[in-house]
Amino acid sequence: MSSPRPGGAVLPAREHVPARAAVRLDGVTKSFGSLRVLDAVSFAVLPGCAFIILGRSGTGKSVTLKHIIGLVQPDEGRVFVEGDEITALRGVELSRVRRKIGFLFQNAALFDSISVGENVAFPLRRHTRLSDAEIRDRAVAKLEAVGLGQEYDKMPADLSGGMRKRAGLARALALDPPILLVDEPSAGLDPVTAGEIDDLLFGLKGNGGTTLVIVTHNIPSAKRLGDELVMLHQGRIVASGSPEELQNSDHELVRAFMSSQHAG
Amino acid sequence: MLDRAGALLSTTGDLSVFAMRAAREAVLPPYEFKETVRQVYELGARSAPLIAVSGFAVGVVLSMHTRASLERFGAEAMIPAGLAMALVRETGPLTAGLLLSGRIGAGIGAELGAMRVTEQIDALEAGAVDSFRYLVVTRVVACIIALPILTTLMNFAGMLGGFLAEAAATGMSLQLYFTRAFSLIAVSDYLPSTLKTMVFGFIIATISSYLGFTTSSGTEGVGRASTQAVVMSSVGIIVANVVLVRLIFFLFPGAAG
Ligand SMILES: Nc1ncnc2c1ncn2[C@@H]1O[C@H](COP(=O)(O)OP(=O)(O)O)[C@@H](O)[C@H]1O
Ligand SMILES: [Mg+2]
Repeated sequence: MSSPRPGGAVLPAREHVPARAAVRLDGVTKSFGSLRVLDAVSFAVLPGCAFIILGRSGTGKSVTLKHIIGLVQPDEGRVFVEGDEITALRGVELSRVRRKIGFLFQNAALFDSISVGENVAFPLRRHTRLSDAEIRDRAVAKLEAVGLGQEYDKMPADLSGGMRKRAGLARALALDPPILLVDEPSAGLDPVTAGEIDDLLFGLKGNGGTTLVIVTHNIPSAKRLGDELVMLHQGRIVASGSPEELQNSDHELVRAFMSSQHAG
Repeated sequence: MLDRAGALLSTTGDLSVFAMRAAREAVLPPYEFKETVRQVYELGARSAPLIAVSGFAVGVVLSMHTRASLERFGAEAMIPAGLAMALVRETGPLTAGLLLSGRIGAGIGAELGAMRVTEQIDALEAGAVDSFRYLVVTRVVACIIALPILTTLMNFAGMLGGFLAEAAATGMSLQLYFTRAFSLIAVSDYLPSTLKTMVFGFIIATISSYLGFTTSSGTEGVGRASTQAVVMSSVGIIVANVVLVRLIFFLFPGAAG
């Protein structure tokens, strides 16, 4: 017997949502102190699609991603992941949903007391019953996928910023999650490596049917990967659509963004 | 002024909630055995050299003081027992507690603080790991286990220091020294005062974890969390000790004799 939440229905959350959306934000509003970072933001990401979030620094892109995995709670509004209302979940239920999501933090957020390889192995040790040898093999495979096959035993502090980012991506991919949230995957990478990471993400979307939500400033990459792009500005989505649609937007900032060749 | 009082009050409130949660989750499953064992090693075993060396030095000094006092009454034979009693009942537990507030408090405050500001705690949560259980409860349990053991180590190291001081002064044998040292010590001297350091362990770990967990504003905040952890857990221990000693005297009247 579930009890009614204030302003909510008694029905379980999943019955309100079209089963199609892998991720959905519904009127999410969030303030830190007096600063309103998100103002009634709503969007839906279809399974297997790549959803790109653009916007200037400090507009709440990272905060948006953190809402999806329940690291930040909205002041108002709701967030759904594959039909579960993650904003209403606690404890084991929340963990169950989080295991479906891989998250690359903007600063990688590697555990700095364990090696790079153990960072990637960590989710496998926590959430699978694989043997040590299998875990190591899988961690090495994920590191190889991001071009860090040789760095298993290095400590995170000994990696460059771009390498940390890639190790963070390998960790996010460890459990082959159906949903992947990545915060500026190519920031700090050289153009060649950035292209390789793009290829990797493109492959995940194409072959694996992984749902991607990507925050990026790399417009060429956004155009290549994105099925749908949104532009966040002053807490609101000011434009959304296919790369072509945004290219021809009548919003000046959006056009300025879309015509940039800067890969960062 | 009123602002600061208000802030202090709300910190105390938050800290109490945090401590009660730690106490509750320490006894309820699921347990993080592996990580707890690792913390016992990191926080406990690795503090052993510090405790042994300090205990030894404290024993030497205490022995010299005890000698100076007891010689005046011609009670030199009581020196080992007097030293052992002083160590076991109060000096050992309190000194170990304060030393460990420094080492463990600073360590936990800085480590968890750094993990907070670099989003490693968020990364645990995002990876479907209960960060409170994984980081806080493990450290609290490890400290509760480690403190009485380290206190006992301190007591022994102190007696060894006392023996060396005594042997240098009078050439007393090790066997005679320890026979005399233990002659007056009862279980009611050792057990309550040693077990009270479990409370010290709880205080150090919860205060330091709380400060680490609530760190904000970058590297500067990490330094502040670390310093604050040492200051607050030291004061916490000294104040709690008053209550604990009073309680022990009440529960074990023999301990006051
Ligand atoms: N935990 C927090 N506490 C206070 N303010 C925050 C917090 N997280 C983000 N902010 C603020 O929210 C705004 C948006 O941050 P963020 O989402 O990181 O921006 P970006 O779009 O560059 O990723 C910034 O002004 C930031 O300072
Ligand atoms: Mg950001």
